[in-house]
Amino acid sequence: MDFINFYFLPGIVLGSIYALGAIGVSLVFGILRFANFSHGELMLIGAYITYSLLHFTGLHPLAVLPIAMIFTGVVALGIDHVFYRPFRTSKATIVIVASFGVALMARSAVQIIWGVDPVSYSPGQIQKPIVLFDSLRIFSKHIWIVSCAIVLMLTIHVILTYTKTGKAMRAMSDSTELARLTGIETEKIVRATWLLGAALAASAGVFLAWDTHLHTMMGFYMLLPMFAAAILGGIGQPYGAMVGGLVIGLAEELSSYPWIGGEPLLPPAYKGGVAFAVMVMMLIWRPSGLFRGRVF
Amino acid sequence: MPVLELNNVSGGYGEVDILHGVSLQIARGELVVVIGPNGAGKSTAMKAVFGLLRLSGGTINLDGEDITGMEPAQVVRKGVCYVPQTNNVFPTLSVEENLEMGAYIREDDFRPRLQEIYQIFPPLREKRKQKVGFLSGGQRQMVAMGKALMLEPRILLLDEPTAGLSPIYRNQIFDIVKEINDSGIPILMVEQNAKQSLAVADRGYVLVDGQNRTDGKGLDLLNDPEIAEMFLGG
Amino acid sequence: MDSSQAYGYFLYFVSLMTMGGIYAIMSLGLNIQWGFTGLFNVGIAGFFAIGAYVAALLTTAESAYHLGGFGLPVAVGLIAAMAVTGVISWLVGLLCIRLRSDYLAIATIGIGEIFRLILKNEIWATNGARGISKIPLPFETLAEPWNKICFMLLVLGIVTLLYFMIERARLAPWGRLMTAIRENEHSARAAGKNVERFRIEAFIFGSVLMGLAGGLTAHYMKFIGPGATEPLTTTFLVWVMLIAGGSGNNRGAILGAFLMWAIWSFSEVLTGRLPPELAIKAAYFRIFLIGLLLQVVLQRYAGGILPERRLASVIPDHGTSK
Repeated sequence: MDFINFYFLPGIVLGSIYALGAIGVSLVFGILRFANFSHGELMLIGAYITYSLLHFTGLHPLAVLPIAMIFTGVVALGIDHVFYRPFRTSKATIVIVASFGVALMARSAVQIIWGVDPVSYSPGQIQKPIVLFDSLRIFSKHIWIVSCAIVLMLTIHVILTYTKTGKAMRAMSDSTELARLTGIETEKIVRATWLLGAALAASAGVFLAWDTHLHTMMGFYMLLPMFAAAILGGIGQPYGAMVGGLVIGLAEELSSYPWIGGEPLLPPAYKGGVAFAVMVMMLIWRPSGLFRGRVF
Repeated sequence: MPVLELNNVSGGYGEVDILHGVSLQIARGELVVVIGPNGAGKSTAMKAVFGLLRLSGGTINLDGEDITGMEPAQVVRKGVCYVPQTNNVFPTLSVEENLEMGAYIREDDFRPRLQEIYQIFPPLREKRKQKVGFLSGGQRQMVAMGKALMLEPRILLLDEPTAGLSPIYRNQIFDIVKEINDSGIPILMVEQNAKQSLAVADRGYVLVDGQNRTDGKGLDLLNDPEIAEMFLGG
Repeated sequence: MDSSQAYGYFLYFVSLMTMGGIYAIMSLGLNIQWGFTGLFNVGIAGFFAIGAYVAALLTTAESAYHLGGFGLPVAVGLIAAMAVTGVISWLVGLLCIRLRSDYLAIATIGIGEIFRLILKNEIWATNGARGISKIPLPFETLAEPWNKICFMLLVLGIVTLLYFMIERARLAPWGRLMTAIRENEHSARAAGKNVERFRIEAFIFGSVLMGLAGGLTAHYMKFIGPGATEPLTTTFLVWVMLIAGGSGNNRGAILGAFLMWAIWSFSEVLTGRLPPELAIKAAYFRIFLIGLLLQVVLQRYAGGILPERRLASVIPDHGTSK
């Protein structure tokens, strides 16, 4: 039972959060064709906006989440307009440099506005888990996080499969050139991509901050697992990113389970390295990812 | 008045000009074929119409309207549809989704048109839920052409529609091209396969080194000994 | 201005030139990777830290707090620092070099992260957050300020030497080929060049310089802690230095390093005079401005102060067909 309570369930929670972030990474990578190094900072912005909203309204994190998602989406549109749009026809590598700069600017802006000390959505409150079948211990916030993540992913699925804009996003991910020849307004699709990606990133940031606490390096630390999940699933494959996120989250948590003997397989302090290890193995074994994404 | 007219068009990529004054005319209802040796600028002339080229001279008119240097997105909205030689379908989208993307700029209901396209290309109806990436080359070409036809274009540009296809598919595609043309859509087609394409075409142009070499009725060109020697392998 | 004040300014100048020189070494390293070859390295801080710790562990006296303490000469430590960084960057290169830059960038972040975790957690080897102190400074026996001056001269000497070396390499077929690969990988491949091998070479060459800079910093500061792997300042500063100075131009790389380090250091002095509450915010505002500066340079002055001088390519340009 310890395995489920302390390793498997936390892995699912973390995996859902990674998945939400990785979808955005994968969409942007597929449609705008660059690895966005400021994606973690979109999470950060969403999480801190929520923190302020909670502070002023006293509401539940989930109640203010939609506002934070919209706000982050708008921020992403602004960032795209000022910092990425000028490079639309340049080599992708220049945009990565720019996104790297944006990450730094966004983070320092957060640090200037909110300070650098870690904060919590619910300071001082200790939640008691719900006990099921005498031994299964589940925290209600975990149930909320996972179910919200599932709802969000289903929403993404519906958008990508059934809406004209969603189909055009997938089309543009296949070929920007052909999308233009077909008459698809590529700039509109780019905006839709940022809105979706940033809204998901904000939700991931809020869930992570709600689950643990909030600090200004969170976005940077999330970058590696999110990229790992996106690569694992296959670049440009949002469904792959969902699976990839879950795998990375589970792998990180399960890596410290005492599989052999009584010691953790990997000291918990090295959890952060698991995502990297999985990613490296994937790059060697199958760079296109599980879901046959694009390899650049 | 011709539907589409290129007047003395020059241009290319980067610094280098590939076209040195190409002139083409496609009249209403015509099927016009452009042939010529490799590197003659056949495909490039087509890309010039679609705003994919740096132009250094000449004009391009669509039904008398100057469309020189328009962005691809605008050209599509004018009713010109272009099927590139490669990279002409969205491989991870299903057949039906590809066709739907072809109708992206249509404001009205595209479904009646979809049924018409399935009439022209029956195999596509069967495979409408399949991802295009898994189809054969000939079927992909059908998707690409069907996608372009979703708009009921004023003129259709086809860049080597039979390149790399087996003889069976090649004949099938030529039949379909003829059929589309018979339905009243003017077509400008670039082809490597001079013999077969001239046989179905109303008129043909021969380009060499980015310039007009000669032009005439399809059958006349086909019977011209000089042309025969140049491209038709005697 | 009295004489002690003038002496203080002089020492500040010496430290400015020393650190500027160390950053110039990294900027040159990044220039080989990014400027010449187009390789995207975001793990500069990682390679820097590897070099710093290797040098520190080898040259310090024996200590109960951390691994090593072999008391080896500084020169041996620096060479080992370069060698270890070289091997690690070779491994990274083997994994990622054939993929597009984005993957390499992600992988270099990963290396930096793993290394940060090791430094933080393997306390037996690295003394954890407390870091390694009492690292010997070369010329330590000389009287102040001569020890500092000599170290500055050593750093500047290394920069000069590297400049001539890299400039020669740039003009040699090796350098031209790098540019050719960056500009048109396809035709380089078509010309039968082993693109992967050349890329790995450039990646290793650049990373080794970052390791060297790490080693020099460890000696200069006489202390190294996990703070040295702080991904922001080191990695980002070097990027801004190169882009502002002129990517692809060795002189630009050096000029950018000294210039940006001067700006960085002056602004630190300025913000240091603010009240503590504001000083912390000002520190982040500084980073924000540096980020903004990078964006302005990228968008308006893409070539930097000293733009790259193009050489004739050694590979015939096939042009774009049709």
